[in-house]
Amino acid sequence: MKIAIITFPGSNCDQDCHRSIELAGGSPSYVWHRETSLRGADAVIVPGGFAHGDYLRPGAIARFSPIMDAVTAFGEEGGVVVGICNGFQVLCEAGMLPGALLRNESLSFQSHHCRLRVERTDSVFTSGYRKRQVLGMPLSHADGSYYADAGTLAVLEEERRVLFRYCDAQGNASAEANPNGSLKNIAGIVNARGNVLGMMPHPDRAIEAVLGSVDGLPFFESIVGAVAREEVA
Amino acid sequence: MMAGHAPGNGRAPGAGNPRSPATLEAPHPRPGDPAITPELVEDHGLSPDEYAQIRRIMGRQPTFTELGVFSAMWSEHCGYKNSKRLLRLLPTQAPWVIQGPGENAGVIDVGGGHALAFKIESHNHPSAVEPYQGAATGIGGILRDVFTMGARPVATLNSLHFGDLDRPRVRYLFGGVVKGIGDYGNCVGIPSAGGEVYFDRGYEDNPIVNAMCLGLMRTDDLIRGTAEGVGNTLMAVGARTGRDGIHGATFASEELSEGDDEASRPQVQVGDPFTEKLLLEASLELIASGHIVGIQDMGAAGLTSSGVEMAGRSGTGVEMDVALVPVREAGMTPYEILLSESQERMLVVAEAGKEDAVREILEKWELEAETIGSVTATGSFRVLEDGVAVADIPALPLTEGCPTYERQGEEGDEVRALRQMDIAAHTDPPAGLEDAFLRVVGSPNVASKQWVYEQYDTTVRANSIERPGGDAGVIRIPGTKRGVAASTDCNGRHTYLNPRAGAMGAVAEAARNVACTGAVPMAITNCLNFGSPLKPHIQHQFREAVLGMRDACAFLETPVTGGNVSFYNETDGKAVYPTPVIGMVGVIDDVETVVRHAFRDPGDPILLLGSNTGELGGSEYLYVLHGLVAGEPPPVDLAAERALQRCILTMAQLRLLKSAHDVASGGLAATLAECCLGRPRTGRSVGAAVNFADPLPDTALLFGEDHGRAVITCAPEDADRLLLHAENYGVPCARIGTVTEPGAPLEIETPSSRLRLEAETLRKRYYGVIPDIMNQAG
Repeated sequence: MKIAIITFPGSNCDQDCHRSIELAGGSPSYVWHRETSLRGADAVIVPGGFAHGDYLRPGAIARFSPIMDAVTAFGEEGGVVVGICNGFQVLCEAGMLPGALLRNESLSFQSHHCRLRVERTDSVFTSGYRKRQVLGMPLSHADGSYYADAGTLAVLEEERRVLFRYCDAQGNASAEANPNGSLKNIAGIVNARGNVLGMMPHPDRAIEAVLGSVDGLPFFESIVGAVAREEVA
Repeated sequence: MMAGHAPGNGRAPGAGNPRSPATLEAPHPRPGDPAITPELVEDHGLSPDEYAQIRRIMGRQPTFTELGVFSAMWSEHCGYKNSKRLLRLLPTQAPWVIQGPGENAGVIDVGGGHALAFKIESHNHPSAVEPYQGAATGIGGILRDVFTMGARPVATLNSLHFGDLDRPRVRYLFGGVVKGIGDYGNCVGIPSAGGEVYFDRGYEDNPIVNAMCLGLMRTDDLIRGTAEGVGNTLMAVGARTGRDGIHGATFASEELSEGDDEASRPQVQVGDPFTEKLLLEASLELIASGHIVGIQDMGAAGLTSSGVEMAGRSGTGVEMDVALVPVREAGMTPYEILLSESQERMLVVAEAGKEDAVREILEKWELEAETIGSVTATGSFRVLEDGVAVADIPALPLTEGCPTYERQGEEGDEVRALRQMDIAAHTDPPAGLEDAFLRVVGSPNVASKQWVYEQYDTTVRANSIERPGGDAGVIRIPGTKRGVAASTDCNGRHTYLNPRAGAMGAVAEAARNVACTGAVPMAITNCLNFGSPLKPHIQHQFREAVLGMRDACAFLETPVTGGNVSFYNETDGKAVYPTPVIGMVGVIDDVETVVRHAFRDPGDPILLLGSNTGELGGSEYLYVLHGLVAGEPPPVDLAAERALQRCILTMAQLRLLKSAHDVASGGLAATLAECCLGRPRTGRSVGAAVNFADPLPDTALLFGEDHGRAVITCAPEDADRLLLHAENYGVPCARIGTVTEPGAPLEIETPSSRLRLEAETLRKRYYGVIPDIMNQAG
């Protein structure tokens, strides 16, 4: 269960993802952005941060880092790829996920607790949750407002590719519970094949009770478990 | 290396051998240097006496370049000329202090083989003229001070003081500073752990922007800013040198005047947090590699101060050729290169022969490292340009020989009158007690700073145990159960009315905040923000504040490990309140035992530690309700303060506390409201029923800011044990009430009044005021 964490200059959450994978029972290793091979990894995480300073716009330069060809190919072959926060932005820029993350509606950086509703539990990322479970975890971004054209949104909904939606404590995906103006309260989506996920909130910061939430741990356990089952099969 | 130079520089880099014997000639003026006249000397912030001293040190007339070097090194900012003598009075020793004042940052032992590096620094002047970049580069500078000690930054805190928010310019400064801090710190990936934001008309023209950083390392990884080993190599690392911030150190040592914000903007540097992040990672890798012997930020006075100070600390000399320094633009003079304050640059002393290994590490992080000179045995700060000497100054007099002054001070008449004013005539609430309560809780000073800290990343690196909004921030030491706590405090009104009591109070409050989380207060860093030290009343304020700090730090056994002095916080002759900001750090053995401020469960008994004396002097109440900054601020009983803190720590260690919150600005009213309201988003708010029997006027009781108090709760069965522990410590302790249901009101009964404050009303006041002002006023 080797899980590669891609590190760009400007990645900040690489160590948080490393620890999350360890706690979930997997074996994480860092892969520097200039490398061209994933060195036999069974899954890939693109962590949060400010890859290449987010200059131009988040993810716009990172998609050209040498390692991204290998990440794209890995995803196309059905490999499990996760983008968290800046990682989600990178995967959108790289064309591995549809849509884009725009500036928050508030026009400010926002860092606070948020709630998410689990929309599906039959995915490699969410098998550890209950259906419609409400999760609490931090979010921390300036550009997290999910946008896609009406056609793409319709396809996402039809194919049940929205995995997480911002919601209130009761699980209602209301306008008040939407922190950043994301269309349809979308917090996390997968690609058509269901093996590439991007999400803005940080499960990697919700892995220990002492940090205020353990709701992120089943996310990593789901991934580690899925990759392990694949290995056995 | 050609790569280190801007195209079209016009010089042949490395053409002159910087170590050939011919270069040991004395420096000559360069073509185009202005003549050294009394006016030029004055423009450099040097007095005729100081210039005479320079002539004696040099034994000749200095060159223009040398004059610039002296001007920077002998500025207040670098030379501490008006503060050094008094600062020597501060206690700096304790068995746990590894590094005291004089280095890039202070360092203490926090147990388990870990050390904590920490420091606070001001960026007031740049923030007054360009709030966004001024604040951003303040964060950048303080991070570099910490990681150049070999420590990984793990948290920042900010102490911000602004004028009243009804002024459009204040809102512009406040908004810009917060955004600048956020954008820089967020990008580098360092969580914000807390701080303070304070508003008072005393800061209208000159905001106080102080940034503090905490960093952790293994004790053996400590490295210092020294230039040891003759023959070792001086390398310029990181960003290129440009024309920005030239004479920033001298600029920060002068008063501002009307219209300065436009004219001075070129003296403000521009930050690049991405480069900082790379520099951070590269520096830590460099230190771990063992290839370098010393490293220092090119901060205030840039290449000059870093080179001079590193040589000064090791008793060596340095020689550098400015033609080898990577520059951003062609045609920069030695004067400009030496005094530039371009950001994100470091001076590194590499072991001779390890230059390529150093360069390789920097290249991995897409940064440049260029050899610019070497360590010498001459004791001189010697600068060449293409092999031709342009400056040659004995290093020690530059750092140690800076003239120091202790001027005669006396209390200003205006403040004496305010302090001695009989405030008893102004204590009645103009529109009733409930109105007063809501106005105090809804004053921007007391109200939630959620609008501020939600613009800062507070959870990155997944070690944030207690985030901003509590008494102190707590960060776990990675891989352990231990944690470090920190708080910044200074009540400017208290220090204005009585600098000695105010400074003692700032230390006491900072320590109390740390203790309320269950962490043991260990040491402080300070940032002393004052007006012009040339004025007797400011000199008086400074002296009194230092003495108050000395007494409190000595008594509470929290030595001073370093800090920063910022004078000349004045505009058109009007100075800020004397603002000695205290950055207190503490240690907690098990972060699972952290105590938080919010009331938790209905039925829990509420107890007050300490006694109510009803001190309304300098209070938030007088300012908000009566527009007054007057009266004698609360005195500090250090023995009572120490007993209180030890008592809380014992209770916390025994896990008897369900909550603890100190009483400060806004008095018991603010504390009780905050305990009921808890945290936004995650917490739930509860009610409380409280009853006071103290024979004090209602306003003095509810809004007095007497030190030495905390409101605590426990499980019902533990109340008697708490009372017993308090008695053992000699701390007055009384049960004052009970926590009630979520959504229930805060009910307070005094000998003469009953108050009922609805939860929703409190919530709107406490959380709404700052966003409402910032989002609607424009």
